This record gives sequence, C-alpha cells and structure tokens, in this order.
Amino acid sequence: MSLEVSVQRAVSGFTLDATFASAGRLTALFGPSGSGKTMLINLISGLMRPDRGRIAIDNTVLVDTDARIAVPIYKRRIGYVFQDARLFPHLSVRQNLRFGRFFAPRTDRWADEAAIIDLLGIGHLLDRRPGMLSGGEKSRVAIGRALLASPRLLLMDEPLAALDDARKREILPFIERLRDELKVPIVYVSHSAQEVARLATDVVMMRDGRVLATGPAEAVLPRLDTLAEESGESSSLITLTVAEPMPEWGLTRLRSSGGEWRLARVQAAAGTKLRVRIRARDVMLSRLRPEQSSALNVLEGAVTAIAPLGEAEALVTLDCGGDAITARVTRLSADALELSPGTPVFAVVKSVSFDPASTAAIRGVPSADLLA
Amino acid sequence: MDWLQLSPEEWSAVRLSIKVSSWATLASLPLGLAVALLLARGRFPGKSVLNGIVHLPLILPPVVTGYLLLLSFGRRGVVGGFLAEHFGIVFSFRWTGAALACAVMGFPLMVRAMRLSIEAVDRKLERAANTLGASPLVTFLVVTLPLSLPGVVAGAILCFAKAMGEFGATITFVSNIPGETQTLPSAIYTFTQVPGGETGALRLTAVSIVIAMAALVASEAFARRIDRRFTVE
Repeated sequence: MSLEVSVQRAVSGFTLDATFASAGRLTALFGPSGSGKTMLINLISGLMRPDRGRIAIDNTVLVDTDARIAVPIYKRRIGYVFQDARLFPHLSVRQNLRFGRFFAPRTDRWADEAAIIDLLGIGHLLDRRPGMLSGGEKSRVAIGRALLASPRLLLMDEPLAALDDARKREILPFIERLRDELKVPIVYVSHSAQEVARLATDVVMMRDGRVLATGPAEAVLPRLDTLAEESGESSSLITLTVAEPMPEWGLTRLRSSGGEWRLARVQAAAGTKLRVRIRARDVMLSRLRPEQSSALNVLEGAVTAIAPLGEAEALVTLDCGGDAITARVTRLSADALELSPGTPVFAVVKSVSFDPASTAAIRGVPSADLLA
Repeated sequence: MDWLQLSPEEWSAVRLSIKVSSWATLASLPLGLAVALLLARGRFPGKSVLNGIVHLPLILPPVVTGYLLLLSFGRRGVVGGFLAEHFGIVFSFRWTGAALACAVMGFPLMVRAMRLSIEAVDRKLERAANTLGASPLVTFLVVTLPLSLPGVVAGAILCFAKAMGEFGATITFVSNIPGETQTLPSAIYTFTQVPGGETGALRLTAVSIVIAMAALVASEAFARRIDRRFTVE
C-alpha cells in the first residue's frame, strides 16, 4: 500500500498545505494541537474537500482537483476511528460492528468478523448497547466497526486522547496487534511522542499546517528537538533482542547491533524483539571508555552529525555499530571533546532512564522494515 | 342510555372523519418527511421561502386556505382541471377533497415536529455512517430516521389530530355533504344549527374527545417504548 497526499485547504485564518507519501504500516501524523493533523485525515477520508490537491491510495485516485475527481466519502472505503467513538446509540454492539459489512464490494471484503472480535477482545459485549460500555470498550468497538467494513486504509484520530492512563495501557497492545497482524495500513493522529515512538513505523511531523519532516520513525524522532520543541524531545529508537534475565539484580540483558544493554523493568521473554526509545538527554558522551562508572550501557561508535540546538546545546548523532543514537549535550561539551563527524566516541546510557511505557514489542515484523 | 346510541348519519360522520384524517396523514407523511429533511439538513437558495410556504396554512385564516384550494383544485381550477382531465382525480365536493384540505392544514404541524427531531440527530453519527460506506439515502434510513422516530411519530399524530378537528378549510373547499364530505366538526356544526340538535352535538363531541384521547395515549405509549430502546450515550 502506498498513500500519496498533496493538499491545500484554507479555513478562517488557518492554511493547511501538506505533502507526504507513506508506505508504512502505521504512519503517525504527529505534531502539537492545532497543527492540522485532524484536518489532514478529514481530507483523506472525504469529510472535507481540499481547495487544491491530489490524494491517492496505490493507484486509486480519491481526489484530484485538477482532474475534477472527488470520490464521495461512502465510496472511498477508508475506515475512520473517531476520538469520540461515535457508536450508533440505537444499535447493539453487534449491529454497530456489522454496520459497514455489506457496503464493500464482495470481492474486497477481507475482514474476518470472528478474528477481529477476538483480536479486540469484545466478544462478551456483543449484545450490549453502546450506552452501557466503558470508554475503553467503546474505543475497541469503534475500531472493530471500522475494520469490519473492510477498509483499504484505517484512519485513527487520537483514539487514546479521551482515555485515562489505565485505559490507554489497555488499548495500546490492540493497536500494535492491528499494525502487525492485519493487512490494513493505518494513519494515526497523535500529539504524544510516547505513543508515536511506540506505534509508528513512519512519521509525518506537522506544525502550523505544514509538514516539517517525514520518513521512517527512526529517522524523524531523533530530530524532534530541532523541529518543534513543544512536540516532545529528540529520541532514538533502538531495536533490541532480549537475551536473558538477570533476576538477582532485577535487570534484563539485551543485545542490539551496537552492543550489549542491561535495562531495568523489561518484561519480555528471551528472543523477543523490542523497540526501545532512548531520550537524547539521557545519553552521555565520552571520548574514553568510562571506567568505574555507574552507567551499565556503553556503546562504542562514531559521530555522524552535529546539529546546533538553541544557544547552548547541540544534538550529536552517533553510529554505534548500526544503531543510530542521538545525544543532547551542551555546545561547550561538544567543543571540549573536539567532536566532529567521524570522531570516535562512547555513548553512555543509564539503565534507569529507560522508559517502559514507550517500548513496543515487535511481533511478526521483519526488523529491516523498522530499521529502514 | 338510548341517547348514547349514534344514528346511522352520525356513524357515517365518525367513519368519514377517521377515513379522511388517516388518508390525510398517510398521504402527506412521505412529502412531510422529505420537506422536513430538506429544511433540517439542506442548504439551498429559497429555503426561507419554502419554510414560509409550508407554514402558510398555520397563519392564514382556514377559510382563506379553503378558498385557495377551491380556486386551484376545484373542477375549473388549474391543478384540479388538469388532474380531473388526465387522471380522473376529482377533489371538489368529494371526501378526497376533505382529505386534501386536512392534509394541507396539518402539514405545517407535521413538518415542524419532524424537522426539530431530525435537527436533533447528531450529524457526527451520519458522518460516521458515511465513512463506513453508507450512502446518504441509506444513512437517512438506518441512522437519521430511527433516531428521529419519536419526532416523526409525534408529527404524524399532530397531523391526524389537526385533521380530525379541521373545519374551516374543509367546509369552504368541499362543503358539508352528509356521507361524502360531512366530517365530525361539520356534523357537530350542523347539529348546532337546527332546533333539538343538542343531544346529537353532545354525542359527537364525546366521540371526538374519545378519539383525541386515544390518539394521545397511543403516542405517549409509543414514545415511551422508543425511549426504552435507546439508552442515550
């Protein structure tokens, strides 16, 4: 699947002018509130029409203002999970789920009702009315309803924004499973760097109606600091394989292509692949291998790029045996260490700075995809 | 209890009234729904003009409405002449004319109730139905209509009640012919015009009250059933 979007739309004082293409399984539209993310998916779904532009999925053109093409919403077959669920109050959960089933052409119906109900864990809710569901249950039913219409693309507009932290933890694994197990690609709107780090294969970074950066998550997330400060902070995404637990210390030994890691609070079986988010501010740099230091994770690498950040700081990107790691340091330190592209350097990461909430289990995903 | 016994003429007035009102309600239901939908959801030039025309029978004296119907739907009227010549449909001095007069008089009440309840349906739900593949027509039938059903039923019952009581426009348009156009109100009016007609007028008044109450109770019961079905989110 490939999604190509190039649209312009002006509404009372706000102009959206966005162009991106993505073939990712989960493309996150990421940016602060008011950056035009929801407007962009409304344009993709057909709820809104662009002033000018073109939108195509694979080779199907949905909108082309030059060619005067505008496929109506109900013929686009693009699922939309709204932030407020929008279940039909007069229908049972079962009827809600089956609502879109027969609208898709018979040959295009890929959705397997039993499998999706099972995947979302909503089998016990089928005879209830939407009014009797909790927030998390409503979200899952809304996702199931969109999927059972057999869409060719699934749009999700901050599906977790209205939920509390416990409900978010309940829903996140389901979204990971959708991403990894179903064939429908997802476009996911979020303003949370944690969610994006955990879910996204590709990121479209937005601000003030424009696309600031687009590409694989591994390439975009390390640049967050230089792109838009309020959206979060730079971080690196490292793929790690669980090697063995170290129960006497409550730690887990993991391996990446760059070396060995020892992290706390990892709950995964040996052999599991994890994608871990390391914040740039948690990475320390040293020209010599640190001896007698408390830091457990030391990776040897070389500087690939240095980008100034504000008046006093800099983002230093390293290549540690294939792992791209970004460190946020002061300009003074960068200068004192005489860093420049090619300089050999050690990245030091404290084990306790690792954030389990943004760690994603990678299921059935060829890791090359994630490391593109 | 002899005075409670309705005479054959009185029975015929009761039957005619129910027939006329039922036809007036059922025949104007599809058009009323379409106009209500247009006024609730449509955006087009001349919307306020359409709204005005729909409401006209509510504010005009009924006699004026009846006279306008006579001019346009009478045998020599533009519409009436055309319908009689090409389709054999005659309104003047027939029960069908009484039904037409009642439908026109009840129409604004029907449209008003339906429009309000359609406007109260969350458009976001209609949007959600569209993204699931439902065309605008299907969306109306399976989302908007069921959710606005209480108002649609209320509109139909209001129209029926108005039709049962319609007098001015009916008598002006189709006169007061026993067995053909003499509805309950016309029959009561006739009784009050002749000496000794008080018991007849009273009997028919009692019948009117019973029918009106029955309609009201039925609509309330229906509304309660619908309320139970929707547990509003």
